[in-house]
Amino acid sequence: MSTPFYVSPQQAMADRAEYARKGIARGRSVVVLQYNDGVVFVAENPSRALHKVSEIYDRIAFAAVGKYNEFENLRIGGVRYADLRGYTYDRGDVTARGLANVYAQTLGTIFSSAGEKPYEVELIVAEVGEGPEDDQIYRLPHDGSIVDEHGSVAVGGNADQISNYLGQRHRDGMTLSEALKLAVESLARDTNGGERTLTAEQLEVAVLDRTRPQQRKFKRLLGRQLQRLLEDGPGADAAVAEEPEEGSGAE
Amino acid sequence: MDFLGSHAPELLPGNRPLPPVKGALEIPHGTTIVAASFPGGVVLAGDRRATMGNVIAQRDIEKVFPADEYSAVGIAGTAGLAVEMVKLFQLELEHFEKVEGVPLSLEGKANRLSTMIRSNLGMAMQGLAVVPLFAGWDADRQKGRIFSYDVTGGRSEEQGYAATGSGSLFARGALKKLFREDLTEEQATTLVVQALYDAADDDSATGGPDLARRIFPIVTVITDEGFRRLTEDQCSEIVRAIHERRLQEPDGPRAALL
Repeated sequence: MSTPFYVSPQQAMADRAEYARKGIARGRSVVVLQYNDGVVFVAENPSRALHKVSEIYDRIAFAAVGKYNEFENLRIGGVRYADLRGYTYDRGDVTARGLANVYAQTLGTIFSSAGEKPYEVELIVAEVGEGPEDDQIYRLPHDGSIVDEHGSVAVGGNADQISNYLGQRHRDGMTLSEALKLAVESLARDTNGGERTLTAEQLEVAVLDRTRPQQRKFKRLLGRQLQRLLEDGPGADAAVAEEPEEGSGAE
Repeated sequence: MDFLGSHAPELLPGNRPLPPVKGALEIPHGTTIVAASFPGGVVLAGDRRATMGNVIAQRDIEKVFPADEYSAVGIAGTAGLAVEMVKLFQLELEHFEKVEGVPLSLEGKANRLSTMIRSNLGMAMQGLAVVPLFAGWDADRQKGRIFSYDVTGGRSEEQGYAATGSGSLFARGALKKLFREDLTEEQATTLVVQALYDAADDDSATGGPDLARRIFPIVTVITDEGFRRLTEDQCSEIVRAIHERRLQEPDGPRAALL
């Protein structure tokens, strides 16, 4: 019987983190921005069937990058958690904070258990409040930590660069069209500084809109509607952002 | 639902032991629900009374609920159980929609409700029946459809109009005489309120419009634009128009004899 090589715990954890980070960095990014009426989610995703952004509950939505089967698993777990909570107690008792905690526990446990490979995913859980100051955005990296974000956040490959770009240009009180255009600009920038053009067909866009009369505030923007928002008006958001916000990058 | 069954079975209505019953139970019951379809949609309406034996338990109970964006369910029977069943039904439709990414078909929703009613059969045998009426917009066939149920979960699709609950006999009579294929949305809403008026006229457990307290029937409309509940003002307008006419003709509009 052979004796396994000694690997220091630090080294083991660093290896696992490295593995997860590489997996996440391979995929396209997702950005989440606050605008005056809510939160907008923009992902570069040519697939109509496999979503990167989805509804969790009345005011809560979920965005993810990384391995599809892994984050889909987490998404369904989240929907179950939220629906069970809401049915047992009240719809108002389901919060993004609670959900983010559950995700953090799950991801943390998987990350540090020796038996399993770490999940190659990074999640965003956002909740829209009564006003912009009540909005909550949580970023959940692969290792089970929680980062409370404000204004704008990006995850996925190239996230550092995109976050910086967004952080400099995003400001409070943007309209949906402005926020959407900024998000698309940020996603269209290549690592080497070049620009690509992203069309409406390549984008998956959804909003949590606090002005929606229905109880469920989540809405996907598709086809014509999305096209109109992308074309609408002059690019007022190209002006210098007066209030650069914190937009820390993903690992 | 399956998840709930394995994870928290005590939350499901069918999984509770039945208490032994002695004599008639005095528990609030809901009464009359009516529905009628029109080209472009379907209306579902209910009176506001809950009775407990010969006592009026509640004057302003709500018995018509949106099931999801394109369907609604109205309930007659044991109020507490019915409300819980609706809550679970709503949860299930929403859960399916979120997990699968697409909503259930109208048939699927109707079948699901059927199973839920059947799971309540034990209670129903002890006098705690729940008998809903389900109506919705079928996006595949582009029309409004109505489904009625019996206590065993037997499901049948109704053509044109339907009624359930203690006042349903009288409501159905009224619907039968007044219904036409080519109703407009406004006419359809008036029709269901007429039917409820007639039900309240002859059934003591069905509440008529209460003009003094401003308690009017709940009227909901489902079209391709989704579920919409008429506001109190809109209901009041319909009720007042009918009431005005009935002051002259207490039995309501008369159908042709031949």
